[in-house]
Amino acid sequence: MTIKEIQEEIVDEFSMFEDWMQRYEYMIELGKALPIIDEQYKTDDNIIKGCQSRVWVHAELENDNLVFTADSDAIITKGIIAILIRVFSNQKPQDIIDADTNFIDEIGLKEHLSPTRANGLVSMIKQLKLYAIAYQTQLGK
Amino acid sequence: MIVTAFDVLKIREDFPILKREVNGKPLVYLDNAATSQTPKQVIDVIVDYYSNYNANIHRGVHALSQEATDKYEQSRIKIQKHFNAAKSHEIIFTSGTTHSINIVANGFSSLLKKEDEIIVSAMEHHSNIVPWQMLCERTGAKLKVIPMSLDGELLIDEYYKLLSDKTKLVFCNHVSNALGTINPVKEIIANAHKFGAAVLIDGAQAAPHIKADVQALDADFYTVSAHKICGPTGVGILYGKEAWLNKLPPYQGGGEMIAQVTFDKTTYADLPHKFEAGTPNICGGIAMGAGLDYMNTIGFDAIAAYELELLEYATKKLLAIEGLKIYGTAKNKTAVISFNVGAIHPYDIGSILDKLGVAVRTGHHCAQPIMDFFKIPGTVRASFSFYNTMEEVDVLVEAVKKAKSMLS
Repeated sequence: MTIKEIQEEIVDEFSMFEDWMQRYEYMIELGKALPIIDEQYKTDDNIIKGCQSRVWVHAELENDNLVFTADSDAIITKGIIAILIRVFSNQKPQDIIDADTNFIDEIGLKEHLSPTRANGLVSMIKQLKLYAIAYQTQLGK
Repeated sequence: MIVTAFDVLKIREDFPILKREVNGKPLVYLDNAATSQTPKQVIDVIVDYYSNYNANIHRGVHALSQEATDKYEQSRIKIQKHFNAAKSHEIIFTSGTTHSINIVANGFSSLLKKEDEIIVSAMEHHSNIVPWQMLCERTGAKLKVIPMSLDGELLIDEYYKLLSDKTKLVFCNHVSNALGTINPVKEIIANAHKFGAAVLIDGAQAAPHIKADVQALDADFYTVSAHKICGPTGVGILYGKEAWLNKLPPYQGGGEMIAQVTFDKTTYADLPHKFEAGTPNICGGIAMGAGLDYMNTIGFDAIAAYELELLEYATKKLLAIEGLKIYGTAKNKTAVISFNVGAIHPYDIGSILDKLGVAVRTGHHCAQPIMDFFKIPGTVRASFSFYNTMEEVDVLVEAVKKAKSMLS
């Protein structure tokens, strides 16, 4: 599936929820289900410094696709990470670079992606894209 | 005197913002330690300033400038009386506590030598740690830390051991922002003075709850931010004893702080203008006085008594939630409750509380050393003001229960 298709699928899923509580409960479930990052990658180098919750991201290239694993010490943050990973992991670096994140607005989680919200998620998306740019450069060689 | 529930409802009428909704729920504002809300009496003063006498001060020949200058200086005297400073020029208007602390830290860089020591408490806000670290880097002086107990009380005996003839400065907050502990600042000051050390008390968190008497405390410096005492943001004061303020060099150069300027030499203005370079926050300074007027009309004894009731009620109700742990259980504390629920991240609780209209602060509260001490990433902090109600405490407690059930 393309990034766009996955995003549409997620928007579809979230459209079934009637209120914020159901959305949050789903996110918390996603957070709990997120396969956590291999402990060896949970290093200070891989940490994305948000002000409050810590977020770790690791990236690896598999068959020209970029595979992300991540974790956070806050479960709601982790839920959003799970959504981002579903969208961006196992995709071509160039597609990751080109993708937008407007779907976050559509699923009612815009507040979490405000740059002033100190949860590290904006930095996380930036980091995913930076990884993609780095690997794209490598592939281009 | 105890404020009755009826009075609280009357007081709430003064705060327009308390009528608003957040996420479709009535706002329950429990982030007062970060910023207090503004009563219409203060908002009116701000509107009046910009509507009727907005002008630059201290240098105008015209009527508006004179009016603005008079009001600004009257506010200084109001603040002087409130904190019982001996002289009005011992009150320096600043942009707030952080600015006030930096004036002193910067001033001392020319007074300290390499072997000198500075003592700071373990429960300081970053703004009362970083300027001193920078000062130590500049001067080579050593920074020593007064440790604290698990209850969040300073170990005063340990403090006495740190004091020596090398001690030149002691810095301590009057009330801890993260824990609410009221520190025994009078004792801290008296003992520092035995060694000839100067003491700066950060009063930012005390001012909303305690009417400090800087002469009775014998503080050398005392700092306050207006936005915690029903005033606007971006303004505050540095109180300093005249002798100390005369000794310290100016912090910033510019207009207003000079007596005479030639290209060879500039002589500085007298206090307080020496530390008030440039056009100040005139409206803010006037509104700060109005905020204190407002709080004094209610009365600080009445405020303290009522907030204690809120604190006791909230503490009891919150502790009934299984797994909830309160950080900062000092015998003497203001209406601040820092807590965590089990292993749930404070950010998660704060996010759910926000959805339920309850505004709290989560995180390390700019006091990372305290969080390191308790080995936690942060806390949820509910901080109460005299305009909060028992019913709002109930809303908080139910919201925490809801968050806990969603997140467990």
